[in-house]
Amino acid sequence: MKKKLLSVLLTAAMTVSLLAGCGSSAAQGTGTETPDAATEEVADATEQAEEEAPVNTFGDESGTHLEMWTFVELHGQHYKDMAEVWNEQHPDETIEITCTTYPYGDMHTKLLSSLEAGTGAPDICDVEVGQFPNVVAGQDQWLVPLDDYASDYMATMVPSRMQTYQGADGHYYGAPYHVGAFAMYYNVAAMAEAMGISNEEVIAKIDAVSTWDDYTALGKEYLAAIGQEGKYWTSVDTGGVDWMWLAMAEYGDDWTGGFEGPANVQLDSVKKMMSMQQQWLKEGVAEISPDGHVDLEAGFQNILDHNIVSFPKALWYMSRFTNYMPDEAGNWYIAKCPVFEAGQKCSVGVGGTGTVVTQQSENKDLAARFLCWAKMSDEGEQHIWDKLGFDVCNTAMWTVDSVAHDDNNQFNAFFINYPYDVLNEIGMDNIGKISVVAISPTINEYMCTTTLNEVLEDPDYNIDDALKEAQDAIDLEQ
Amino acid sequence: MKTRNFLYSQKVAPYVFVLPFILSFAVFWIYPLITAFTMSFQKITPSATDWAGLNNYIKLLKDKVFIQAVTNSAKYMFFTLVLLIPFPMIFAVLMDSNIVKAKGVWKALLYMPALTSVVISGTLFRLMFSEYKTGQMNVIAQALGFGTYKWLKNDWSGMLALLILACWRWTGVNMLYFLSGLKAIDTSLYEAADIDGASPIQKFFYVTLPLLKPTTIYVLTISVYAGLAMFLESYMLWAGNSSPNNIGLTIVGYLYKRGIEKNDMGYACAVGVILLLVALIINFAQLILNGTFKKEED
Repeated sequence: MKKKLLSVLLTAAMTVSLLAGCGSSAAQGTGTETPDAATEEVADATEQAEEEAPVNTFGDESGTHLEMWTFVELHGQHYKDMAEVWNEQHPDETIEITCTTYPYGDMHTKLLSSLEAGTGAPDICDVEVGQFPNVVAGQDQWLVPLDDYASDYMATMVPSRMQTYQGADGHYYGAPYHVGAFAMYYNVAAMAEAMGISNEEVIAKIDAVSTWDDYTALGKEYLAAIGQEGKYWTSVDTGGVDWMWLAMAEYGDDWTGGFEGPANVQLDSVKKMMSMQQQWLKEGVAEISPDGHVDLEAGFQNILDHNIVSFPKALWYMSRFTNYMPDEAGNWYIAKCPVFEAGQKCSVGVGGTGTVVTQQSENKDLAARFLCWAKMSDEGEQHIWDKLGFDVCNTAMWTVDSVAHDDNNQFNAFFINYPYDVLNEIGMDNIGKISVVAISPTINEYMCTTTLNEVLEDPDYNIDDALKEAQDAIDLEQ
Repeated sequence: MKTRNFLYSQKVAPYVFVLPFILSFAVFWIYPLITAFTMSFQKITPSATDWAGLNNYIKLLKDKVFIQAVTNSAKYMFFTLVLLIPFPMIFAVLMDSNIVKAKGVWKALLYMPALTSVVISGTLFRLMFSEYKTGQMNVIAQALGFGTYKWLKNDWSGMLALLILACWRWTGVNMLYFLSGLKAIDTSLYEAADIDGASPIQKFFYVTLPLLKPTTIYVLTISVYAGLAMFLESYMLWAGNSSPNNIGLTIVGYLYKRGIEKNDMGYACAVGVILLLVALIINFAQLILNGTFKKEED
């Protein structure tokens, strides 16, 4: 009897070790790697990861067939609606699209492998900005340059966003969804309650903030009024470089050095931001974002608990409010970010997804025309705003009343002010750009795993030492 | 007639039987090994593959992150050996003795974790070691009068979490190995020892331990490799391949980061070759010291 039990157990052990082998290799292939840099859509993507890859076919069955991959199901919905409009407008060249949604890491790995192999890539594919350098490395051997197809729309597109998806050869390879303009979110309701004043008075105080000193002072005023432990003015990120991007944009710096390089992270703008954050941590003005940055479940909870009442984030973060924090409707106000010195740029485009057309496509011309129309035309941009809630790159739309002030739009309704009014106030020229080039993933990774942890987890850490260390590691790669 | 002779030939038959293994070994092991070795001397970009000489290896030596990954893997391997050989052995001896009641229950309980997926258990451990006050470890710490602690952000506590996960998962499996080793020991040896008046402790050190050596060597060998090749546990515990200050980065994690995440296959292959060399050196040294390669004495 004992022997039998043992043999059963041993067989089980063998089976398990076999299965464990399969499991680990499968997990390596399909793991949803979430880049630590707080890039956009990752929350959506992880949500997707739990389901099987959904496949949707839509459009005209007898039309030209296009294959497309994305990592956010909602993006596929956008193309579905746009394909229907396209087919109505172009009865002689209708299309049918099969859209597959894969988990974030899976899709990018699959795309890269198929581009390298020269077979198996889709016609159209979404590529997250953090992954874009890997994909654009193949330039026109892999991807179709979109310059000619986008030329009709270029006049009104935010130039820095088009440049984000440029290859080293200067061609545009990706069509953007949004600007991802950085702005400051304030919980007016919580501030008003703590400070014992009306919402309007709080908004007046917020509008008076123009520099980081003003911002810190307002924070201290709020904290003195609330006087509770565990309440902070804002939270700083160890798992994302957004704050550093904002600082660089304000001073017109770029740590990647662009396509020419070399990358240099030992910048005064970065040092200023880090030392300001260290000061906040020491004074109890800020805490470290739980789990590293605000675009994660822990971050949403922190905001819902009113542990922090202000933070800077790109405008696409609006959809996090409507999706994950619907109870906060009507409490929040969006404003320009403070600057270090008057007259500086006050925003930067963060995150994004560039959609590419691959050279493997049999209908490159049609795919590229459809893509640019669906993402850059007035119709396309209107749809992106209504359904996806992105601050669109077509600046002509920013002042159209049916877009900017339509109260039926869920985002216009959610916030105290109209998001596009903030965008117009910032202005296209005040949105800085940090290049996304081959060295970018290395910089982001080193910052998120090492430098920001060193500097923020220990507010007395020497910033110069931390940045020198980061520079040494980055120099090894360039 | 000739084919019949061939099939029934006693000389050929053994080769036919081992052929499936040899084939799969060649295709899935020897071929990738050779390719990886070649690729470790190349610089592989989307458009071209160039010979890079020893550049990848020179870069490896200067790469602090790689050195940290090796240190982490070595530490993890060392501690798993310290924890996952003596304790499972003691448990196996206890299970084999008359001291323990309800052995089936204990065996099942200890073995159960091995049946769960690392993906699920890793996620659970991540939640347990969460830095919030609601995380299990912090609930315990608070109950004991300590404050909350950022378990997965500090060097020692991160390693502790990895080790707890490893022990929880592998104690039962290693115990089973030892248990099967114990079954193979002739009971007459214990009877003889009893007659000679040996105490239970003496019996363990002079009968059990020496006769268990083949099992111990087997467990040691696979544990060395498993320790060095650990990846998934750390990947799940930190919800991705990046941990603060790289406290959870392992050699395989670094290989994955370079090869898959950064698409630098040449460099990743160099990492892989080093991993293979380290595992081979440690295991050969260990096997030689244990006398495994000596001629069997009768």
